[in-house]
Amino acid sequence: MIPVCRLEDLPAGESVRIATTPPIAVFRTEDGELYAIDDTCTHQDASLSEGWLEGCLVECPLHAASFDLRTGEPTCLPARRPVRTHRVTVEDGVVHVHLGAEEGTAA
Amino acid sequence: MRTVTIVGASLAGLHAARELRAQGFDGRLVIVGEEPHHPYDRPPLSKDFLTGRADESRLALTDADETAGLDAEWLLGVRARGLDTRGRTVVLDDGRTVSTDGVVIATGAAARRLPGDSPAGIHTLRTLDDARALRADLSRGPRRVVVIGGGFIGAETASSCARLGHEVTVVEAAPLPLVPQLGAPMAAVCAALHRRGGVELVTGTGVAGLRGTTAVTGVDLTDGRALPADLVIVGIGAVPNTAWLAGSTLALHDGVLCDDGCVTALPQVVAVGDVARVGGARTEHWTSATEQPRVAVTNLLAGHTRTTARPLPYFWSDQYDSRIQFAGRYREGDTVQVTEGEITDDGAPGESGFLARYERDGRTVAVLGVDRPRAFMRARRELQRAEGERGERAAAPAAL
Repeated sequence: MIPVCRLEDLPAGESVRIATTPPIAVFRTEDGELYAIDDTCTHQDASLSEGWLEGCLVECPLHAASFDLRTGEPTCLPARRPVRTHRVTVEDGVVHVHLGAEEGTAA
Repeated sequence: MRTVTIVGASLAGLHAARELRAQGFDGRLVIVGEEPHHPYDRPPLSKDFLTGRADESRLALTDADETAGLDAEWLLGVRARGLDTRGRTVVLDDGRTVSTDGVVIATGAAARRLPGDSPAGIHTLRTLDDARALRADLSRGPRRVVVIGGGFIGAETASSCARLGHEVTVVEAAPLPLVPQLGAPMAAVCAALHRRGGVELVTGTGVAGLRGTTAVTGVDLTDGRALPADLVIVGIGAVPNTAWLAGSTLALHDGVLCDDGCVTALPQVVAVGDVARVGGARTEHWTSATEQPRVAVTNLLAGHTRTTARPLPYFWSDQYDSRIQFAGRYREGDTVQVTEGEITDDGAPGESGFLARYERDGRTVAVLGVDRPRAFMRARRELQRAEGERGERAAAPAAL
């Protein structure tokens, strides 16, 4: 379980990248939901935490591949493989990521 | 339409195949490819593939599942030699012919070469086989590498060679590389990346000739200098592959001439990707090759130009650990200013990169981001939206 940041430091519509190996991106959607996925686009080396967040989808900043934060599945080309998802909890106002979720399973 | 033939098993060709099936074409689909390989992605060839960080499996654009789903006949390792005047028969180099109702031309472009014979040690970098050969040569210990041409391929290749520990010089005929693409001020910033990466940039001089009979030993410059070289990489642009279309009725002029919907004068023949001159412009961009096929296939299946697309040009380049992203249309005379981040005293991008906006008549026409992906993405989207709105306004009178 990895502490990420205080919940109030992650406003809705924003994301934060944590430097694990491999790195993980944590998102807070406009609806306030929290999701964590592997940060690196499965198509080519780009950081999804820098992508465009729209609803539960994040668009890669390099080639516009899009991933569903809930499942890690790509929703359009050029990505073809899913990113791993990780469970997120908030404890005492701090966002935590739980590693070890299986590839492609929902957080 | 019972048979569609895609000539070119490229990124654009593959996207055309995907679109045909996605848009409901359930007839016979034939894909002709000059190279023996299934479609692969070219951008990594000058970067991670060359440096050995990515292997060939990372280049594949399809997998067995998708290939099965496309249900296409793949004719690989054979080049198309001709298209009859009505666009109904594709003639292959080995004498076979494919009778077809529709044709998607996706034959791409080939690396431009220096005139004359090439001794060993001269490379171009366009195809997987080019990259394999160059990678093999680079793995034989430290080399003196001369890259001819300071465009994106030249710069990326120089960057990869430097990363591998080779001694690299880039020769550029213009006073500064990338000026037509980026304008002088931002081209100068990119030029500074070479310096920062330990690569020498020689500008304002052409190549007079190569030295060496069996293997290259040096490059003679037009200013009288001579650069010793064990390897020479020629990155001086690409020429659209249209020679096979001589004798067809298609209009060819630096590409296959198409309307804004990628349709040629024959409604059953469309063109996409690097080979296509769409609405007066040819764009050698990865993104165009993925976006044009949707429009082209819609029009091909409709039998006439039903839809057009003029996507905002977008390209990127990775060199010297910097990611350069550009969107829009730069023209000489546009002003440019850095609106986020900074350029350091040595003329190179600052640590957190920068975003620059190009303006013409008071509006943004293009954006450049260096290591600033999020800001760039936002700016690119704004630009896309503005362009879309202007396009709608321009189209409005015609719609009335």
